[in-house]
Amino acid sequence: MVEKTRKSASQKYVYIVDGSRTPFLRATGVPGPFTASDLAVNAGRPLLARQSFEPAELDEVILGCVMPSPDEANIGRIAALRLGCGEKVPGWSVQRNCGSGMQSIDCGVQNILNGRSDLVLAGGTEAMSHAPLMFNQAFATWLGIYTYSRTPQDKLKQILKFRPGMLSPIIALLRGLTDPVVGLNMGQTAEVLAHRFGISRQAMDEYAVNSHLRLAAAHDAGRMNEIEVLYDANGKYYDHDNGVRRDSAVEKLAKLRPAFDRDFGQVTAGNSSQITDGAAWVILASDKAVKKHKLPVIGKIVDTNWAGLLPQQMGLGPVHAMTPIMKKHKLKIDDIDYWEINEAFAAQVLSCIEAWKESSYCRNELQSRSAFGEIPLEKLNVDGGAVALGHPVGTSGARIVLHLCHVLEQNKGKTAMASLCIGGGQGGAVLIER
Amino acid sequence: MEKKKYHHWKLETDDDNIVWCYIDVKNSSTNVLSSEVLDEFSDVIDTVSAQAPAGMIIASAKEKGFIAGADIKEFTTIEDEKDALTLLNRGHDAFSKLEALSFPTLALIKGFCLGGGLELALACDYRIALDDKNIRIGLPEVLLGIHPGFGGSMRLIRLVGPILGMQLMLQGRTLDARKAKSSGVVDYIVPERQFMKSGPIQIQRKPLPKRAPRHLNILNKLPFRQLLAKYLRHQLNKKIKQRHYPAPYKLIDVWEQYGDNEKAMLKAEALSVAKLANNKSSRNLVRVFLLQERLKENKHSDGFEPENVHVIGAGVMGGDIASWCALQGMQVGLQDREPKFIAPAIQRASKLYKRRLKHPRLIRGVMDRLLPDLNGYNLNKADVVIEAIVENVEIKKELFQDLESKLKDDTILATNTSSISLELLTDGLKDPARLVGIHFFNPVSRMQLVEIIYSAKTGKEWIERAQSFCCQIGRLPLPVKSSPGFLVNRILTPYLMEAMVLHEEGISAETIDKVAVDFGLPMGPVELADTVGLDICLSVAKNLAEKLELNIPQRLEDMVAKGMLGKKSGSGFYLYKNGEPQKQASQSSGIQHREIEDRLVLRILNECAACLREELVADADMLDAGMIFGTGFPPFLGGPLNYARSRGVKEISSRLDELKEKYGQRFTPDAHWEKLVEET
Repeated sequence: MVEKTRKSASQKYVYIVDGSRTPFLRATGVPGPFTASDLAVNAGRPLLARQSFEPAELDEVILGCVMPSPDEANIGRIAALRLGCGEKVPGWSVQRNCGSGMQSIDCGVQNILNGRSDLVLAGGTEAMSHAPLMFNQAFATWLGIYTYSRTPQDKLKQILKFRPGMLSPIIALLRGLTDPVVGLNMGQTAEVLAHRFGISRQAMDEYAVNSHLRLAAAHDAGRMNEIEVLYDANGKYYDHDNGVRRDSAVEKLAKLRPAFDRDFGQVTAGNSSQITDGAAWVILASDKAVKKHKLPVIGKIVDTNWAGLLPQQMGLGPVHAMTPIMKKHKLKIDDIDYWEINEAFAAQVLSCIEAWKESSYCRNELQSRSAFGEIPLEKLNVDGGAVALGHPVGTSGARIVLHLCHVLEQNKGKTAMASLCIGGGQGGAVLIER
Repeated sequence: MEKKKYHHWKLETDDDNIVWCYIDVKNSSTNVLSSEVLDEFSDVIDTVSAQAPAGMIIASAKEKGFIAGADIKEFTTIEDEKDALTLLNRGHDAFSKLEALSFPTLALIKGFCLGGGLELALACDYRIALDDKNIRIGLPEVLLGIHPGFGGSMRLIRLVGPILGMQLMLQGRTLDARKAKSSGVVDYIVPERQFMKSGPIQIQRKPLPKRAPRHLNILNKLPFRQLLAKYLRHQLNKKIKQRHYPAPYKLIDVWEQYGDNEKAMLKAEALSVAKLANNKSSRNLVRVFLLQERLKENKHSDGFEPENVHVIGAGVMGGDIASWCALQGMQVGLQDREPKFIAPAIQRASKLYKRRLKHPRLIRGVMDRLLPDLNGYNLNKADVVIEAIVENVEIKKELFQDLESKLKDDTILATNTSSISLELLTDGLKDPARLVGIHFFNPVSRMQLVEIIYSAKTGKEWIERAQSFCCQIGRLPLPVKSSPGFLVNRILTPYLMEAMVLHEEGISAETIDKVAVDFGLPMGPVELADTVGLDICLSVAKNLAEKLELNIPQRLEDMVAKGMLGKKSGSGFYLYKNGEPQKQASQSSGIQHREIEDRLVLRILNECAACLREELVADADMLDAGMIFGTGFPPFLGGPLNYARSRGVKEISSRLDELKEKYGQRFTPDAHWEKLVEET
């Protein structure tokens, strides 16, 4: 162990050697065909099958997931076993809300840097369509007392206390998307930002349309070969992100009603990310593992960072997470070839751009002397984002890191930044080089 | 107490004064109840009885399995009814003594507990089974043309009542652990961690031995017994015919007559089995059982234990081969050009697993092993690669040449072709010895036989490896020399063509099929052709036409041209509604019936003779096995050549001559009949 740690002192970077994801499947109101672990397994099987090493040679499997089902406690270990890694490969799960998929990569990176691991399968999965309906507290209490009533009289008494209202369910997904500390739902935090930076409905909708068109173009040009086809038990297969709307247009989006601040708000279902199921993985490797298994490097992780901010403004998480990395590595906006800022909401991405443009924000909130400047839209989310392909919360962080590796490869780029906002008021960022 | 030495049994007394009686049949990997073993057991009971212990536990000292049943090889030595009765009475006496012991007795069961083994366990007060996936418990005697003969029929009915008891025995069904418990055949199923402890605890608890609930026992009384017997016969008639398979009917007779008198039933049961055992049907079924064992021994494994299979081509055959292999524990890659070709195969796999496994966790486990593999990632990890793509020599050759360089050195390279000679495909391979045919039949999950096709170039080690692969996925491998149509399709084709000629002569499809089914075949030739698909029949027939000098009926070509392809297109010789053929009642006189039967069956037999002459398989027994497990040729007839021998080889050959006079050259007796006549 000691020797292993000493050796790792020379380990400066962690390499991404391969990755894959499922197509992202839009939720249709009923539980989708795949559970969170099904998605993770189906994304991971072909990925592991094409490696030059055996699954059992992995040092660990780390999986981010916000809401695994009740049968998926420690979903990371479940995925490892179902993927045929064998009983000896440890598996664990991480939860940092929308940052879970990026957190798992960061955990893998840290373990490789400190010498604990050489080869890590890290990713995220989420089956949002499977989020449960739950009994409320009143019914749970009623049922508990009924079960523990010993005599028929007691049972009868309890039966008489039953009220139909007790059966109104709790929709776990809505609760999960509401900040429990400040009481705003995620859409409302986007409204807060739109107000703060004066983002218009028109700007949001234009951004959303662009996201759809970019995703459609990426699929058409065959730039989405990170996707592994899913097959269900009913003879259907899924080979693309089916949230994409090829006919998306500003006029159409303009007709939608606000979804969160229903009366006078601007954030609609059309300019927000979609409720979606999907999983993504990357394989992380040390120098040693790359040499030993002759692995092709598709990217190297230069740095990672996490930041906190007001929960009401969680959408600005990316600028708070990215700024310290930019400063530490003395990077200017132009030094980054490609950006991914996860599109939780169009308003939120646009606000991130505005925040870095605004010198007062940069001075007061980011402790910078002047404004950073403007992230050019043509370098940001070049193949569309979560508005078009959806935001399976535990997955997106892993997806944007994986996709950036492909974007760098396809465009012969050098440096890229992946970042996302996290419900509860946090941000995460990963700096990648090729 | 004096210590006796037994060959097959071992006695130990523990601290609680419980006798552990282990069965460990000498020179055998499984425990079977031969007359020698039974004789010793009788003595064991006397010894233990004299000791008057607190109880007795009967368990197996073998690693796997409790008792597999009676010794089937000994069966074949039975010469007459008297012989049989002597053997049966041995069992009866021993088990009756066991049942009469004054202290509690218990059978501790792991693995298989079948036939005589279960009959022994049923004579104990209690039965406890190890809860694992290897448990098989049942009385499958009817599959050998007899019924339980060591008191099992009476004791099983006493334990679970006549409805369930009779059903289990009539169908010869075996139960897994969960069903054995829920049906009441065993008192408990317990996990390994409590297995050995559970016996003594149950003996000390000493509850009353379980019996069928009283309301079920009413059915053992008249007139209910007669009513139930009638119903049971009716159910049997839907599936089989009494003259083909008399055993289950005899079992009903015995129970109907003596169902409320235990002693009389025991006696009648033994007499009935003694008669059945000397019946042709039973002898042939025992033969089939032994043939099956021989096919399973057909592997001379050099320790080749494949774990990973890669199937290329996800059509009906390829997809079903892949899903079957995954169900049998293999890691499987299923490759095709586009997702739309793979998706239906995954759906069929999922249906199969739902039917077979039921539990979602188990289904998911198998689905996780079946990798839809568009890009062939699994290829270089595979131990067996099976090609099941379009039947085109050039495309296949190109594929094999491409595959050859990508495989591990010891990977089997196999084709599932049903019509192309192996010789044509090995062209251009660096190592032509490597390519072997592994020919599955449709539907893969139900057809036990797999033809292992080899050419003069094929290496012996690859043939053997292919055989051991088949055994590992629970199929029966039959090595067949490469030749058009191989064995099964070649023999079936003249028979199907004859059926079509009969049909053209104006005999209704219903009549033709009825004759074949009456003969004992699982399905008539016309319906079989429809089910296989007329297009496929036509292409197989064309492929064989030259070699077998077949005249392909014009009608068949016309139907295929019109898109009438049989069941899959909704119309063929029959019309199909919801996948069921719409049949009329058939009429035929007895004489006509006999004539049709001979025209159909003798074309099978004549082609069998030709295949033997060409030495396509090792010997006549292997040919019989192939036809029984590959086409469902009536097992009670013991295979086509066994049938020919029992009818008289000479008689068959002269009957062929007669038919030739009447119907033409196609009935010309094959030259091999003369040799067969000489042999007899």
